Amino acid sequence: MSRDPPALLDYGRRWPLRLVMFAVFLFLYVPLAALVLFSFNDSRRTTRWQGFTLDWYRRMIADTELIAALGNSLVIALLATLISLVLGTLAAVALWRFRFPGKALVSGGFSLPILIPEIVLGVAFLIFFAHVLPWPVGLPWPLSLGAITIAHVAFCFPFVAVVVRARLQSFNREEEEAARDLGAGPWRALVDVILPYLRPSLLAGGLLAFTLSLDDFVITFFTAGPDTVTFPVKVYSMVRFSVTPKVNAISTVMLLITVALTFVALRLQARHGGRALPG
Amino acid sequence: MRTIIEFRNISKSFGDVLAVDDVSLTINEGEFFALLGPSGCGKTTLLRMLAGFETPSRGTILIDGRDITRTPPNRRPVNMVFQSYAVFPHMSVLQNVEYGLRMDGVAAAERRARAREALAQVKLEALEARMPDQLSGGQRQRVALARAIVKRPRVLLLDEPLSALDAKLREELRFELSDLQDRLGITFVMVTHDQDEALALATRCAVMHKGSLLQVATPADLYEFPSSRLVADFIGSVNLFEGHVIADESDHAVIDLPEHGARAWLDHGVGVSETVTVWLAVRPEKVELHKRGHGTPPPEIEGTPAGYNVLAGTIRDIAYLGSESVFDVALESGQRLRVIRPNLTRWDQEDFIWDEPVWVAWHAEAAAVLLQ
Amino acid sequence: MSAAPRETSWSGQKGAFLALLGPPLGWFLLFFAAPLAVVWAYSFGTNVGAAEIAISGTFANYARALEPLYLGILAKSVGIAALATLICLLLGFPVALAISFAAPQARIWLLIGIMLPFWTNLLIRTYALIAVLRDEGLVNTALASLADALGLPFAPLRMINTNVAVIVGLVYVHLPFMVLPIYAALDRMDRTLIEASLDLGAGHLRTMFAIVIPLAAPGIAAGLLLTLVPALGSYLAPDLLGGPNSQMIANVIERQFKRANDWPFGAALSFMLVYLTFLILALRPLLARKGAGA
Repeated sequence: MSRDPPALLDYGRRWPLRLVMFAVFLFLYVPLAALVLFSFNDSRRTTRWQGFTLDWYRRMIADTELIAALGNSLVIALLATLISLVLGTLAAVALWRFRFPGKALVSGGFSLPILIPEIVLGVAFLIFFAHVLPWPVGLPWPLSLGAITIAHVAFCFPFVAVVVRARLQSFNREEEEAARDLGAGPWRALVDVILPYLRPSLLAGGLLAFTLSLDDFVITFFTAGPDTVTFPVKVYSMVRFSVTPKVNAISTVMLLITVALTFVALRLQARHGGRALPG
Repeated sequence: MRTIIEFRNISKSFGDVLAVDDVSLTINEGEFFALLGPSGCGKTTLLRMLAGFETPSRGTILIDGRDITRTPPNRRPVNMVFQSYAVFPHMSVLQNVEYGLRMDGVAAAERRARAREALAQVKLEALEARMPDQLSGGQRQRVALARAIVKRPRVLLLDEPLSALDAKLREELRFELSDLQDRLGITFVMVTHDQDEALALATRCAVMHKGSLLQVATPADLYEFPSSRLVADFIGSVNLFEGHVIADESDHAVIDLPEHGARAWLDHGVGVSETVTVWLAVRPEKVELHKRGHGTPPPEIEGTPAGYNVLAGTIRDIAYLGSESVFDVALESGQRLRVIRPNLTRWDQEDFIWDEPVWVAWHAEAAAVLLQ
Repeated sequence: MSAAPRETSWSGQKGAFLALLGPPLGWFLLFFAAPLAVVWAYSFGTNVGAAEIAISGTFANYARALEPLYLGILAKSVGIAALATLICLLLGFPVALAISFAAPQARIWLLIGIMLPFWTNLLIRTYALIAVLRDEGLVNTALASLADALGLPFAPLRMINTNVAVIVGLVYVHLPFMVLPIYAALDRMDRTLIEASLDLGAGHLRTMFAIVIPLAAPGIAAGLLLTLVPALGSYLAPDLLGGPNSQMIANVIERQFKRANDWPFGAALSFMLVYLTFLILALRPLLARKGAGA
């Protein structure tokens, strides 16, 4: 089908752009491909191929600390996502719906957690939980993860608010008025009309919050105690002290989870009237 | 008349879709030529191939006898007024108009003078410092026009030039466009789906359908002598009766309309075999209405023998449009007929009403015979 | 527009307003604004004893942060981040252009292709780069076999623990931040503007500079900021890929808290970084206006 010469504005099919595109994709994916490949390498070295093995995956599963860290990360991400969805949606609807004194200040304030460098937030939570509001030590799991979760919510919910607010911009207020006209109270209209309209953005915002939380190293690094190690913090210490293909193995598993999550989200979003996915 | 543009067997396909199918067409110097047809008929593709935005899959395009089929758009002696106007939003009116001259390397002083001259021609000289977002739709359209004519192209291309404007402005710009063409003497090629626009502006029109040319003719010929039912139906509205020729002389012809149990009389021969099916086409404004109630006999029609060109029917609907009224008449055969009567006085003396029985009649010179 | 006004005054529906804004605002004040305020207060503090800090109102921490040693690190951080941002722009613009002009189906896959690394854990991506850039890493192995085949002598390129590795790492991590806003701007752009430019006699390259780039300026400005700001505060890339000479401001801050145990000075450095970030953000309207006209 693509045998015709490129059309006039078909810039994507002109060779200089194709070349840059190819190089960029190579740059983005060769390191990840190598990472996956060497997770199956029958050697401690991560550069020369010695033969296929699943040994590193066995060792990974046997590493209880690593698995515990992964469990911590997932629980924190799940909790942070749920709380962020609630707070972010409330903030977005409030800012969309109401005019009030100091609105610009509040709206600008909510974007600060997105803009402030991570390291500064990390430092801030370190001081806060050390000197101002010490999180009790020795709480049963998962309450012990409270400080980290609070910190994650603080920088995740503004992202949710941004995504939801963007969606609200295109909401046709007459739909809500129609619901009111047909007898729904303000809260009913919110639940029956606005929330369903927001669903794609809730999905996108939730996924963003989940990824940000799961991904976060710097802030957690400053907030985590010895018994609240998260997955990135654990991997960091492994990378710092001994580079073994076990890290490749665990990375490959994470990559697979990421890819699967991304595609599930895209499918869901396509079904809920968001952007379509091919196939 | 000198040929300026020639399409030779042009075809264009996008993937599996054939947008333009073997079109051959010549356009003469100084013409205001319109490509007319419903959306998706291939008219815009034809125009874009002329501008150089699409390359034909087959065939050649010549301008002034020179093959430009594969010449890039920036090296063609044509300029375009885009449907969306495509006025550069980050440049002032004057910068927009100067842009093309700057690309040609015209010196600054001359550039400015020519741009101002072009702006004067579209009556925008006072707004040269404005940015496009400070202009109305009509003003933006004039900027697009000035920007195209300042380059003194051999051919000016207009893609649905008036479609984005409201009705009143459209009428105003229509006159200005034809006036501008008179003054500049440039050949204009316009694409439009609006038959009124084509009839009002063009000196010649090509009607397109599904990638092919149906008819190329002057507006009056298209309206009065359409070559097919498709053209007749697209240009204005038309009432069609199926039948066949039963008499064909040099000074008259008779068409039998079996579905209606009636015959039509034409004041000219048609030269068609009696075996083929033909369609009698009568424009709504060429049909007369007469009262039929209380046993009123069929009206006599001047120049037509009694009993011809008359059908019985009943008014089913009336739409009052101010300058005229449109009647929906159900014939006894069941076919619906559209009749337009101008409202000549403020008070319609005859006062037709709903469900009133009527005679519909037309003159011997009113109908046309179509073969396709 | 005759549609109802989108915003209503809060005073009419105080209950609903407080129920909506209360929880997020409370969380924001308690768990974001308050911790930052404490850092800010500490930046004017002095160490007294092992774990005690007195807010003495001193400017000594800022004075120390402005010493040549730390000012140099700050300048170096800006330089490295700026260079990485520039490379991102040079790579990202053509990619965004190619994606926005690709066929709709291809466009979605290419966008996913750019986004997927972004969704992948930052630590994993940085770790993947270590394996590529190490002395006995992928690049050097490939070069060695190439030199071997050509019969040339080969000495491994020193990349890991250098500024080059840090810049490569920053580009690797931040490229999606550059591509996406530029893509969004190009995607919004009316294609007929390009056709109009070509029609008026400009070639493709001139059209690119006269029409496309100015119109994409807001997207380019957004991309520059979205890349520069996080790159400037980067911790992992310099920590894992860089050497002792490629430490950036975030690494110095971390050291004050985790090793040197000089929290007031670390707090002052933190706020230097915050001020610098705001300074960069303040440039945005300037950047965007430059190209986009009115």
